[in-house]
Amino acid sequence: MSILLQIEDMSVSFATPRGNLKAVRGVTIDLEAGESLGVVGESGSGKTVLSRATMGLLPGSAIRTGTITYKGQVISDLPANEVRDLWGTGMAMIFQDPMTALNPVRRIGSQVTESLTVRLGMSKKDAKLKAIELLKRVRIPDPEAMLRKFPYQLSGGMRQRIMIAIAVSCNPELLFADEPTTALDVTVQAQVLELLTELRKEFNTAMILVTHDLGVVAGHTDKIAVMYAGDVVEYAPTRQLFNNMKMPYTEALLKSIPRLETPTGSRLPVIEGRLPDPTKDEPGCPFASRCPYVQDKCRAEKPPLTDGGNKHFYRCWFPIGGAK
Amino acid sequence: MAGSGKAHMRPEGDRVLVVEDLTVEFKIAKDKVVKAVSGVSFDLIRGETLAVVGESGCGKSTLGKAILQLPKPTSGSVNFLSEELTTMSKHDLRERRPSMQMIFQDPVSSLDPRLPVSEVLAEPLKVWNKGNQVEIDAKIDELLNAVNLDPKVVRDRRSYEFSGGQCQRISIARSLALDPTMIICDEPVSALDVSVQAQILNLLQDMKDRYGLTLIFISHDLAVVKAVSTRVMVMYLGKVCEVAPPDELYLNTKHHYTKALVGSVPIPDPDRAVTKGLIMGEPPSPMNPPSGCRFRTRCPAATELCANEEPQLREVSLGHFVACHHPID
Ligand SMILES: Nc1ncnc2c1ncn2[C@@H]1O[C@H](COP(=O)(O)OP(=O)(O)OP(=O)(O)O)[C@@H](O)[C@H]1O
Ligand SMILES: Nc1ncnc2c1ncn2[C@@H]1O[C@H](COP(=O)(O)OP(=O)(O)OP(=O)(O)O)[C@@H](O)[C@H]1O
Ligand code: SF4
Ligand SMILES: [Mg+2]
Ligand SMILES: [Mg+2]
Repeated sequence: MSILLQIEDMSVSFATPRGNLKAVRGVTIDLEAGESLGVVGESGSGKTVLSRATMGLLPGSAIRTGTITYKGQVISDLPANEVRDLWGTGMAMIFQDPMTALNPVRRIGSQVTESLTVRLGMSKKDAKLKAIELLKRVRIPDPEAMLRKFPYQLSGGMRQRIMIAIAVSCNPELLFADEPTTALDVTVQAQVLELLTELRKEFNTAMILVTHDLGVVAGHTDKIAVMYAGDVVEYAPTRQLFNNMKMPYTEALLKSIPRLETPTGSRLPVIEGRLPDPTKDEPGCPFASRCPYVQDKCRAEKPPLTDGGNKHFYRCWFPIGGAK
Repeated sequence: MAGSGKAHMRPEGDRVLVVEDLTVEFKIAKDKVVKAVSGVSFDLIRGETLAVVGESGCGKSTLGKAILQLPKPTSGSVNFLSEELTTMSKHDLRERRPSMQMIFQDPVSSLDPRLPVSEVLAEPLKVWNKGNQVEIDAKIDELLNAVNLDPKVVRDRRSYEFSGGQCQRISIARSLALDPTMIICDEPVSALDVSVQAQILNLLQDMKDRYGLTLIFISHDLAVVKAVSTRVMVMYLGKVCEVAPPDELYLNTKHHYTKALVGSVPIPDPDRAVTKGLIMGEPPSPMNPPSGCRFRTRCPAATELCANEEPQLREVSLGHFVACHHPID
């Protein structure tokens, strides 16, 4: 397979009144064509900033360093408008809140056909036919009637389906989905995730799926990057990560998820404490104050990203099951 | 499903709350009525945690608020500590307020950002004349300690300086201030990160044991509910489908809708993550609910009978009730 996207040593910081806030700290990841990468971590760990930085969608107060290569071309030095043209129809996005992503005063029909006429140069008539086909693909009943509706007339699940239809309308090579199902109900979440995976397989679309839910990434990704305090702390193929977890943080995150088979009334394991202050640079492992395996070395020196073999990387002095 | 019926009521128990045939309808236009809750009955035994689960829009929050008479239900009865609330005067209702509290989903917006934490907690105590300033201060410290916040550190800070999880701890502390009998928790952890969610669920359990509380726990997440409840009531489109203890509900699911809910919980294990028993589509409009069983339009087992006749709750095994014409074996 060929490498579609490569992010090398990317850092992002924001100038804030409290000082320089380091949101992403030297992240390196890559994505092959058709591959699906899950980015997980607790709130504030840097998932959204990482994906927005890759897309070139950061606010002016952000400073980004590092290299981004898309299909062999370095795009991190290009001005924003050139990047946008270059992405063109190749990249699409889905956000957590489909209400803010859709224009509230325009009918669904004109929003779905827009990219088809503008980006793909289709005639109005062809675009409408294609739009109906797309709405069918995302299982919207009575697509013709849907074209005439406004976003406020739809449920959250329906709006998210429309966003997916728009996102896949130009057969993108890369899809960014930032918490695409977090605002949805469990039953609708399951439907939307199945749909995304099905469409991705059909069109060979690569995806970066950002979520705080390890359950969501388990079934819908090929590999996973776990983020903590701006670092990727564990990075591995999905099965490898779950079957051979190395990072104490990932383990703690996994254990804290309530499961159906947990006996009723049992206490859930929790991760005590909180993320370190992102404006400070403390020595040592940023997870040390919360880690059950912590030793003196962890407090003194920050662990480097270690290659554990089998495409499995982690940032820990005392990985679970020992080092390779 | 979408059944009615009272087979699951326990008149012999020490009941804190008895809700019968509760109906809440919202008139939104001349001839448009939203049937949010349609003939729901249940009871709550002292010390129990009843979970109410179901999809968005099925009427969970409306049910919770109707118990507190916010607003009064369209019809039906709500009996709290042997007193009928639906016919009570405003004045008498107000007198009962301290013993029935509610915690909301969005912890940040449910706290007044202008007030320091000490004021947020002092307010109900002052309104209800619970002692002089010294006694109130002592009570505030006790409440903050109970929810694992250090009074010295947080007392004078305002809610916007706190994370979502911390705000939810403060909300819980506030709901405990007046020594309530019953707390209705409406999606108390849905807006929180997994790592914080577990802390709040454990805290609720601790508070329940410590203060002898009776809880109604509203959620759309069956896995969360399983961790904290003693009895689960599954709702669909304003009706009750299934009532059972949590383990029984999960191991021996009887209702087709419950099965879909169980199958939709994302499992953090790539070998088991494929979702099973998915139901298609979304719930129909509560303005025009289907005849008979309200779930029939999405149910894989629906027959003509389901369209013609509303199923009633019946007991299928000890303590396990289902409203379905063709329950799962
Ligand atoms: N525009 C900004 N200005 C200053 N700080 C920011 C900005 N955007 C994000 N941050 C900070 O960067 C850090 C990472 O934020 P980010 O939104 O990437 O987290 P996240 O992992 O996506 O969390 P969530 O799960 O809550 O969406 C946080 O400390 C956040 O406060
Ligand atoms: N004040 C109101 N006026 C009109 N309709 C209302 C009102 N409050 C609720 N509804 C409607 O009643 C139904 C039940 O809503 P409710 O908020 O109780 O659902 P819920 O189960 O709590 O959903 P969620 O999981 O999204 O919180 C919905 O169709 C909702 O749109
Ligand atoms: S380096 Fe030490 S503190 Fe950090 S995760 Fe590993 S064991 Fe825990
Ligand atoms: Mg985010
Ligand atoms: Mg609600």
